[in-house]
Amino acid sequence: MESTQAFSQQELIDQLVQNHAGQAGSLLPLLHDIQDQLGFIPASSVASIAEGLNLTRAEVHGVITYYHHFRSTAPGKHVIQVCRAEACQSCGGEELWALAEKLLGCKAHENSANGMFSLEPVYCLGLCASSPAVQIGDKLHARVNEAKLTRLVQSLETAA
Amino acid sequence: MSITIFVPCDSAALAAGADEVVDAIHKEAAARGLAIDVQRNSSRGLFWLEPLVEVLTPQGRVAYGPVAFEDVPSLFEADFLQGAKHPLCLGLTEAIPYLAKQQRLTFARMGVTRPLSLDDYAAHGGWVGLKNAVAMQGDAVVQTLLDSGLRGRGGAAFPAGIKWRTVRATTAAQKYVVCNADEGDSGTFSDRMTMEGDPFMLIEGMAIAGLAAGATQGYIYIRSEYPHAISTMNTAIALAESAGYLGSNVLGSGQAFHLHVRKAAGSYVCGEETAMLESIEGKRGVVRAKPPLPALEGLFGQPTVINNVITLASVPIIMAKGAAFYKDFGVGRSTGTLPFQLSGNILQGGLVERAFGLTLRELLFDFGGGSRSGRPIKAVQVGGPLGAYVPESQWDVPLDYETYAAMGAVVGHGGIVVHDERANMAKLARYAMEFCAIESCGKCTPCRIGSTRGMETIDRIGTASNKEQQVHLLRDLCDTMLHGSLCAMGGMTPYPVLSALNHYPEDFGLAPAVATAH
Repeated sequence: MESTQAFSQQELIDQLVQNHAGQAGSLLPLLHDIQDQLGFIPASSVASIAEGLNLTRAEVHGVITYYHHFRSTAPGKHVIQVCRAEACQSCGGEELWALAEKLLGCKAHENSANGMFSLEPVYCLGLCASSPAVQIGDKLHARVNEAKLTRLVQSLETAA
Repeated sequence: MSITIFVPCDSAALAAGADEVVDAIHKEAAARGLAIDVQRNSSRGLFWLEPLVEVLTPQGRVAYGPVAFEDVPSLFEADFLQGAKHPLCLGLTEAIPYLAKQQRLTFARMGVTRPLSLDDYAAHGGWVGLKNAVAMQGDAVVQTLLDSGLRGRGGAAFPAGIKWRTVRATTAAQKYVVCNADEGDSGTFSDRMTMEGDPFMLIEGMAIAGLAAGATQGYIYIRSEYPHAISTMNTAIALAESAGYLGSNVLGSGQAFHLHVRKAAGSYVCGEETAMLESIEGKRGVVRAKPPLPALEGLFGQPTVINNVITLASVPIIMAKGAAFYKDFGVGRSTGTLPFQLSGNILQGGLVERAFGLTLRELLFDFGGGSRSGRPIKAVQVGGPLGAYVPESQWDVPLDYETYAAMGAVVGHGGIVVHDERANMAKLARYAMEFCAIESCGKCTPCRIGSTRGMETIDRIGTASNKEQQVHLLRDLCDTMLHGSLCAMGGMTPYPVLSALNHYPEDFGLAPAVATAH
């Protein structure tokens, strides 16, 4: 089972690499595509990306690790992004961050023990007039207080 | 006849529950057998009132807000479809003082039109600037921009016309227009609002830039944190192409302009123009040394016009109404308007487009209504994470580029983040260094290492017995970062740090005399 999955993942990556071949500055769009499909960029894909785009593996690895958005490990089922920038700090963002760590039982860039959640700091969601802001998956939440964050996390836990 | 209701689709409205409100409105209308037409407009930018529901009445649009989905039955009960009274009723939208006191040039359509409706855009003055530009010589377009005095709205305030003229004068097989939509500053959302709310305006501005500079390819580099902006821009580009505003023959001009969206990947420093170019080229977002200027050797080594979203979005109205019209707004060399963004601990947070020259106090109190917490406002950071903290003694200084620069502050991208009396300025100064350490591209030493040493030094000011020496060290370090960094990331991190130290020494455990000794 595992080998089939690895094979199909490789096929997918090869297909995506092919889609972007010849595009100017194709590495970032390709990495986005891979992460959108798989949730992360497997270390095993670096070699085929490098070969497909005529780059060195060091260049590909360097780009993946440079950008905060790209991840090399699988995220939890729900990625919770809590804004830590100034406008959110001014309305209790740091307390909210501390609560998120406590609720999920993990630190920044980690997954919760049950694999349900990933906790990510984010530096601005552009909701600064309605701070503090949190994004869970694709869904944005404004003016999030401690009660609201607790409720949001609990509802995801019960839904599971 | 069905009654038209507007509920914004802007991220800030969605985050406040706009979709749930729309569902509730449909449900309630169906239950009552009423015919309604719900339109998803852009946001007026009065974010404390989102979701702001508007109803079209013979007198004009009547606003209700902030509407929670629980409020919807009572709105129907009160007959809001006829614009009737309700505790959430705000009267005619256009008469809401926050909106009525603004000078909306760039944001004139915001909240009025549907973002992806070509008809709405054309009906509200869209494409006039592009049509005028097509009928003019490229030199005349550039001259109009120069005459308008428009300066870069991303933060650096460089005259946009000079960039365009430089690129126009080059000879190259390929030139580019790149829109910097990597709006990473905390406290700013005007780029996001533009892309989500009035995307054709940005497209029009970029197409004019392409015609004027002789560029046939354009890129919009949008931060990955703005998924709604990315999808709206992509759809808008496809619509504009099919209608002939983009593509191989822009409005029959014989000139081509093709536009592409590039998704960033969460690196703040990629908002620096040369790091952004590296990123679009598919590399690590590491800052380039200048010269060469991007206008001469930019994207893929070719001449490139680089402007911020608001700069490019200001172009259509300048081309439509003329340089003199635009230049009439503003003061001194800061001509035109700036969409100020009121955020953080502020009661009425939102977008305020006004001519340069108003004061922070007007923004904070006449528009913002004071702090959200009700506590006294202590410090206001103007111009993003690299902007200075402005204390109350400077709130009456007019907001324009030169006056702010003279007092060691920046207007930047117009972001204004309010902190109340509970803010610890030493902690915020430390955060500025920490943010720089997290986001530094690592190319130059003052930024890469200085930021970490800065955090440590600020910690020691709090704990060490030789505070005075530590303060001296911090100032020395800031001096090195200010003058020795390759770009604004390291070069401007001292602004928030030093302004916090100079204006709020007590938060560092210092007597005022120590901090101002230099």
